[in-house]
Amino acid sequence: MKESAFAGDMNVALAQGPTAVLAKPERGPGRLESSAYRMAQWLRSPRPYLMLIGFALFLGFWYLTVEVWKLPRFSQMPGPTAVITEWINPDPIYGLSLYSPEYYQHIWVSTRRVLIAFLLATATGVPLGLLLGWSLRFKEYVFPVFELLRPIPPLAWVPLAIIMFHGSETPIIFLTFLASFYATTLNTMLGVESIDVSFVRAAYCLGAKRRQVFWHVIVPGAMPFIFTGLQISVGVAWFSLVAGEMVSGQYGLGYLINTSYTMVQYPTMVIGMITLGIVGYVTSAAVRVLGNYLMQWRARELAMGAEA
Amino acid sequence: MTVVSTPQLSARPSAGSLERPPAASAGVIEARDVSKSYGSARFAKTVIRDCSFTIASGKLTVMIGPSGCGKSTLIRLLAGFERPNSGTISIGGKSVTEPGRDRLVLFQESALFPWMTTYDNIMFGPRARAERGVEPRRRAEFLLDKVGLGAFRRRYPTQLSGGMQRRAELARAMINEPRVMILDEPFRGLDAMTKKLMQEYYANLYEETRRTTFFVTTDIDEAIFLADQILVMTNVPTKVRAVIDVNLPRPRRLEDVIENDDANQIKMQVLSLLHEEAMKSFAHGSKAAADFIDAYSKRVRKPS
Repeated sequence: MKESAFAGDMNVALAQGPTAVLAKPERGPGRLESSAYRMAQWLRSPRPYLMLIGFALFLGFWYLTVEVWKLPRFSQMPGPTAVITEWINPDPIYGLSLYSPEYYQHIWVSTRRVLIAFLLATATGVPLGLLLGWSLRFKEYVFPVFELLRPIPPLAWVPLAIIMFHGSETPIIFLTFLASFYATTLNTMLGVESIDVSFVRAAYCLGAKRRQVFWHVIVPGAMPFIFTGLQISVGVAWFSLVAGEMVSGQYGLGYLINTSYTMVQYPTMVIGMITLGIVGYVTSAAVRVLGNYLMQWRARELAMGAEA
Repeated sequence: MTVVSTPQLSARPSAGSLERPPAASAGVIEARDVSKSYGSARFAKTVIRDCSFTIASGKLTVMIGPSGCGKSTLIRLLAGFERPNSGTISIGGKSVTEPGRDRLVLFQESALFPWMTTYDNIMFGPRARAERGVEPRRRAEFLLDKVGLGAFRRRYPTQLSGGMQRRAELARAMINEPRVMILDEPFRGLDAMTKKLMQEYYANLYEETRRTTFFVTTDIDEAIFLADQILVMTNVPTKVRAVIDVNLPRPRRLEDVIENDDANQIKMQVLSLLHEEAMKSFAHGSKAAADFIDAYSKRVRKPS
C-alpha cells in the first residue's frame, strides 16, 4: 500500500484491490477462512507442481544411478525401490518399517531429546542474548568467552560430555543443547542490536522507564531475529543429536543409522536418514508457525509488502 | 531588514476541549549559551556554539537553517538524550538533564512501534506510566477520531500510509499532553500532496490547542505557513542568526500565504539570510554548500 492523500485515505484503502480483503479494519477475515483461501491460492499457483517435479527428478536420478545404470560409485547403495518396499513392508526383511513399533520408538526418543535440548537452549539462550545486546558491560565480560567456545564443534565435546554426565541420555542432550544454545544466543543478541535507536528514543520520550523499554521495545523488537535463531537452533539440534547418538545411546534415529550401517542393513539406514529429514522439517516448520502466530504484525507487514 | 530579536512572552487562551490551558509561564524553552562539540579536544568539531534563544509559551516557533547546520543536534539536546558541553537548556524553568514527558519529541524517522496496533501505539505513554481506568482510554478514542484514524485502530503501522503514520505519531505524542512539542522535520519524506495536507492539518491542530511548539524544517514555505516566529540559524557552528515574527492572521490557508505580501516579504528576508549563511560555508569550500547556494539563489532571484 503506497502513499495516498490523507483526506481520502480511507476511501482509497477501501478501493484498493488486494487490500480490499482487509477493508473492514474492525474485523479481519476469519483465520480458518483466510488459510483456506491461501491454500486454494497455493494450489492454483505453479509452486506445488514445481515442487513435485523437483522430487520426481531427485527420485529419478537416484533410481537411474543405482538401479538402471548401476554406476560403480553407487554399487553399495540401496535403490529407491529397495528402500520404499522395505519401508512399507508389514513384514520387513531387516526388522524395521512403518509397521514396526520400534520405528516409532526411535523417532520418539530422538524427538524428545531434541525437544528437551531445544527448550533448555531457548530458556537460557534468549535471556542471555537479550542481556548481551542490552548491556554493553555484560557483553564485554561474557562475549569473548562465548566467542571462544562457539567454534568448538559438538563432536569435540563428546569425551568431556561422557566424563561429565552419567548415563547415556544426559550427554546426548548436552551435546544437542550446545549447538542450539549458540545459535539462539547469537541471534537474540543480534536482534537486540538491530533495533532502530529511534524506537528506544521514542519510548523514553513517551515517559517509559528503562524496564519498560526492555519489555515493550527490546523484547518485541528482537523477536524476528529470535525466531530466526530458533529455527536455526532446531536445525542444528538435529545435527548434533545424530552426532551424539552415533557415539552413545540405545535408541534414536542416529543410533538406528549407525547400527544398521554396522549390521549391513543398508535400506534401514536410508529409511533412518529420510525419516530424520522429515522429522527435522516438521519441527522447523512448527517453530516457524509459532513465530508467525506470535508476530502477526510482521506477517502482515510482509504480506503487505508482497501485495504492494 | 527588520530583525526582531526579543520575542515577547505571551500565553494565549487554550481552545482545545481536551487540553489543559497552559499556565502563564509554562512551556517555555530557554537555551542559554549552549555549546556542543563532538570528538576529543584536538579533533573536536563544534556543532553548536553559544546558541541562545527563548521560545514563547503557546507559540509555534519554527527553526530553519542550512542543511547540516546542527539542527538535529540541538533537538537531541532539547530531548535530553545528550548534554551540552556548556550552557543550559531549561523547559518550563526546569533544567533539561534527561528525557522527560514534559516535552514530546517527534523525530524525523517514523518511530511507531511496528509490533503494536495504532491503538496500542497511542496508548503506549499512559500504559508506561501505569495510568489505569477509563480516562486514558477515553483520551485515546478522542485522539483517534481527531487524527482520523478511528477505523484503523487495529491496523499495524506498516498497513498505514505515510501521512497516516505521521498522524498516528502525533496522536501518540498528544495523549501525553506535553507542555512542549518538538518536531524535527516531521513531514520530510512525504510526497508533495500529502505534505501539503499534513501542513494544513497540523496548522489546524495547533490553532485548536495552541500548544507551545518548536518545529524544525528546511522548507521555507512550510516555515512561513506554520510559524508565529522563525529562528534563522547560522551555518556550523550553529547559533541563532535572526528571529523573525510572522504576524499573519490565523487560521491560515496555504493559498492565502502564497499570495500574501507580508509572507513574501518574510520569505525574501529569510532566503537572503540563508543565502548569506550558505555563502560562508561556500568560502570554506564545501560541495554541499555550493549546491545549496545554487538552489537557493535561483529561488531568491525569481520573486524579484
